[in-house]
Amino acid sequence: MDTTNATNATSATFTTPLITNCPECDAELQLQGLLVNEIMYCPDCNAELEVLSLEQPAVALAPQVEEDWGE
Amino acid sequence: MTHIAILTSRIRVEEKLLIEALTRCNITFDIIDDGTLLLDLAQPDARWHAYNAVLCRSMSQSRGLAVLAVLEHWGIPVFNSARVTATCNDKLLTTLALLHANVPTPRTLLAFDAPTAVRGIEMLGYPVVLKPITGSWGRLLARINDRDAAEAVLEHQETLGSYQHHTHYIQQYINKPQRDIRAFVIGDETVCAIYRTSEHWVTNTARGASTSNCPLTEELVNLCGRAAHAVGGGILAIDVLEDAERGLLVNEINATMEFRNSIVPTGVNIPNLMLEYVLRHAREGALR
Repeated sequence: MDTTNATNATSATFTTPLITNCPECDAELQLQGLLVNEIMYCPDCNAELEVLSLEQPAVALAPQVEEDWGE
Repeated sequence: MTHIAILTSRIRVEEKLLIEALTRCNITFDIIDDGTLLLDLAQPDARWHAYNAVLCRSMSQSRGLAVLAVLEHWGIPVFNSARVTATCNDKLLTTLALLHANVPTPRTLLAFDAPTAVRGIEMLGYPVVLKPITGSWGRLLARINDRDAAEAVLEHQETLGSYQHHTHYIQQYINKPQRDIRAFVIGDETVCAIYRTSEHWVTNTARGASTSNCPLTEELVNLCGRAAHAVGGGILAIDVLEDAERGLLVNEINATMEFRNSIVPTGVNIPNLMLEYVLRHAREGALR
C-alpha cells in the first residue's frame, strides 16, 4: 500500500524545489505547503488538480466527483 | 508508542486538521490512499498490525466501507466500525435503526416502481422529498410539489439511474425554519452543534448553507445520544430537523463527518476530540 508517513506528510520537509507543470496548460506550479492527494487549482487556467507526488513533483487533473463520495 | 493510520481518498481541510493535531501531539501516523490498496483477504499485510487504530476518512463511501470490513476481519481496530459505517451510508438502514430505537424521524415510505411510488407520495401528501438511499452532500435530493414533478423525477430515476435509484425512498417534507441542526457526537458525548441556514430548502454546507452555533439543550443532547446509540455509536454527525408539531426529528447520520465549518462557530476543537476518542479506545483495546 502507498503510505505517507508523519515525517513526510507535509511538503515543508522537502528541500528540493517542489515545482511541476500543469497537465492542462503547462503553467509552472509550486507545490510547497501541499500534501499528496490534496486538491489545488492552476493559477493560469484554473484547472482542478490533484497532487500525486511530492518526491517527484507531479499533479494530474482531479477526478470528477463520484456517486459514492460524501461524508 | 501509539501509531495511527488515516485512510483517505483525498486530503481535505478536515484531514489537514487531523494531521496537524496528530503532529502537535507527537503521534506517529501514516496517511493511506485507499486508491492504492491491494488487499489479500486471507493474508493480512503485516504492516496493518503495526497500527493501534485506523481512522477511516475515505471520501469514497464504498471504498471506505470495504476497507473497514477487511481490517475488522483482520482484527485491526477501526473507527468507525464497518457496521456503523454501513448503517450510516445507507438512508434506509439508518431510518430502520432509528425506528427500532424509537428515535423520532420523518415518516418515510419505500417503493420499488414508479406508479406505486406515486401512490405513496400521495398518501403522505405534497410536498415530499425523494432521496437516493446512498449519497451525500445533498446530491440528487428532490422536493416534489405535485404529481407532474413526481412522475418526471421517478421516470428519470428509473431510466437514468443505476439500480440503487430504483428503490424509491420517500420522506415526509418537514417545513423547517430555513435551517437544520448538525450535532457532533463522539462516543457518549454530544460535543457541539451548529445551525445550517439557507434560503434553499436543502441546507447542506456543501450546497452553500451558512453555519452558526446551536446551543446544546438537554433535549438535543439526549436525542443525539440516542440516535448515535441506535446506529452503533462512534464519531458521528447527526442531522436534526425542527418540526413545528413533532419537535426535533433525526434526519440522517454521517459516519465520515466533515467539520471544517463547525469549529469556529462552536469554539470546539472537533479534530482534537476525535483523536482523543480514537487514541483512548485504541489504548484500551491494546490493554485487553
